[in-house]
Amino acid sequence: MDGAPAPLRCFSERHAAEVFADDGVETVTSAEQKKVEHNIEEVISVYKQIHSLPQPTLLREQHYQYLKKGLRHLSDSYECLDASRPWLCYWILHSLELLEEPIPAAVASDVCQFLARCQSPTGGFAGGPGQHAHLAPTYAAVNALCIIGTEEAYNVIDREKLLDFLWSVKQPDGSFVMHVGGEVDVRSAYCAASVASLTNILTPKLFEDTPSWILRCQNWEGGLGGVPGLEAHGGYTFCGTAALVILGKEHMLDLKALLRWVVSRQMRFEGGFQGRCNKLVDGCYSFWQAGLLPLLHRAFFKEGESQLSRQRWMFEQQALQEYILLCCQNPAGGLLDKPGKSRDFYHTCYCLSGLSIAQHFGNVDLHHELILGKEENRLVRLHNNYPEFFLSCSHVKAPTHPVYNICPEKVAQALQHFHQLPVPEADQRHGASSADGPSAPAASSGSAEHQS
Amino acid sequence: MFYRDRKEWADLEPVPQDDGPNPVVKIAYSEKFSDVYDYFRALLKKDERSDRAFALTAEAIELNAANYTVWHYRRVLLQALQKDLREEMRYITDIIEEQPKNYQVWHHRRMVVEWLNDPSEELEFIADILSQDAKNYHAWQHRQWVIQEYKLWDNELEFVEKLLEEDVRNNSVWNQRHFVISHTTGYSSPAILDREVQYCLNQIRKAPHNESAWNYLKGILQDRGMSSHPGLLEQVLELKETHCSPYLLAFLVDCYEDALENNNQKETLNRALEVCEYLAQEKDTIRKEYWLFLQRSLESRFECIDVLLCQGISPLLKSDIKNGV
Repeated sequence: MDGAPAPLRCFSERHAAEVFADDGVETVTSAEQKKVEHNIEEVISVYKQIHSLPQPTLLREQHYQYLKKGLRHLSDSYECLDASRPWLCYWILHSLELLEEPIPAAVASDVCQFLARCQSPTGGFAGGPGQHAHLAPTYAAVNALCIIGTEEAYNVIDREKLLDFLWSVKQPDGSFVMHVGGEVDVRSAYCAASVASLTNILTPKLFEDTPSWILRCQNWEGGLGGVPGLEAHGGYTFCGTAALVILGKEHMLDLKALLRWVVSRQMRFEGGFQGRCNKLVDGCYSFWQAGLLPLLHRAFFKEGESQLSRQRWMFEQQALQEYILLCCQNPAGGLLDKPGKSRDFYHTCYCLSGLSIAQHFGNVDLHHELILGKEENRLVRLHNNYPEFFLSCSHVKAPTHPVYNICPEKVAQALQHFHQLPVPEADQRHGASSADGPSAPAASSGSAEHQS
Repeated sequence: MFYRDRKEWADLEPVPQDDGPNPVVKIAYSEKFSDVYDYFRALLKKDERSDRAFALTAEAIELNAANYTVWHYRRVLLQALQKDLREEMRYITDIIEEQPKNYQVWHHRRMVVEWLNDPSEELEFIADILSQDAKNYHAWQHRQWVIQEYKLWDNELEFVEKLLEEDVRNNSVWNQRHFVISHTTGYSSPAILDREVQYCLNQIRKAPHNESAWNYLKGILQDRGMSSHPGLLEQVLELKETHCSPYLLAFLVDCYEDALENNNQKETLNRALEVCEYLAQEKDTIRKEYWLFLQRSLESRFECIDVLLCQGISPLLKSDIKNGV
């Protein structure tokens, strides 16, 4: 902390040797990788020239201004996210909470009222007022409301209808479609498990057969694909694993194979993570991939693994911080995928979330920090030391880790609030088939939703 | 021309978006966007099932192809108006070509293919999308669905081989290889397994630092036992001299671990620990924490019982002592 700053890994002599070895056989994959490495090299070299002392700085003020503005107004370039506005609320609010920037009460109340307008009369939340409910904006809305954490926020959620919605998208094989008449993939299980557990509407019946379906998504690579048979991918792997953690079934996975897969996704040169083998680094995987390591650490711990480190996650925390701070910040605020890409709120959220994980190690009663650069770079801790208290409550199955990707105090507070309420009785019909065809009458009546 | 100015639409009152008095995450929609969606909301409210509604969905989609509510409505109209599904196939083909990384467009195509019960265009179409982006996740997902649903396995391995020739590092194609084989011949027969192992080794000789090939090799052997394949360890040790890589070394660790599980030998353990050390400190330092964990883990699991007994220590207590408990 005091004294000379830690030497940057990317300044070391050995770093240059970590570039991709193409064995003299060029393909699209190797060409793309080399391009990125070249760009990163540029960034590092420019940084070296400007800064005699390597103290990477998180541009807090710039990010704050970017986020503060976005929470109110977005340019027309965001038309493509017009069906994801609860996501925008969540990405921005979570980024602000990581930066420890307070949300003014008036703004918080406005968010609550907006999300209330996104709630569907048949339950769940939609991408915008008047749209149909969908598990992704439902996940985002519930998380955003939990971040706000006021009574007003909690009261927005119609728990009974939410449970109806979850039943309406549940499939006989244990999976969930993302929305009525929509597609199945492992994200849906995570979205459903996350909101159900936070709002205390989770019943074993709701997730019957879900763990075994998720397990089918783990493939020969050790990671998970979107549906059984598909290539292992960071986003889907996080969703599947976190869902299993919530359901208390993470031990059903081949944890060792998963561990080997995810640690192999950290790029030796860039320091950040790729989403899939032989693809490019991307700042958002700082969360989806690196976020798996706290989950796995806890899973191994629960299995009685005795050789776990007490100070570090099983990835290169410093290298990830260097990648995020040197390569993923827009000087005008906001974070991004990789140098040359535009900033956006999704990358801002997940780069900062990944940064927090890389800075903080913790397991039950241990906490160990590794802050790269200035002390002020430190973000709020994402994982927590609360789990033991809540594990004693009958309905809670999962530890409150970067499972939800909201700050632990907010998770604890939400759980406390909703666990005082009774679990609603649901109208337990399984959803319409995922086809919109003539055999699924629910689909046509669904379109007649009136929204004012 | 805006819908609000069209005579044929004068009967319909547009419905502005209800963001409330103090909006958040308010998007500065273009005039065109607001106009189209104001009318979309009006149609939705009425549940109007007409050709003009159908035409408008296309405009709404063009403005935001991720609006799943619009897609759903379009599907309702396709059925209600008995629209020509072949024409819809042409439409969705164009849209996917323009926006191949969108969930809704692929899901829509799947619906139309199901309604037509006709997958005949799919493999060629997907091949075309993949020719532009050989790793498009949605494309591979759709391809796997088509193949499995309509049992179109016959030529897929050939397709895989062709793509691997183009880019042997394309991990999606290696995954497809596994998909095809596991659903057809399977990996149980020694002939198939051997063919696949040889295929891998050939690719590795050409490009030793191709992680996909090494992962596939491990992937097909791990359930059967890495050390079970005759002569493989020796071949890998040979390759180590001329074609070394972090992936080869990791594979060695896996072979040793597998060997230890069947026959706990001090020599094997020492080799494994040595390679872990080498990976942690020299060859794969980005994964140092992992390799050191694995090293401790192997040591703890396979520490020779007789060594512990000689030290007068119960094997059960040994790891506790190490961890300062």
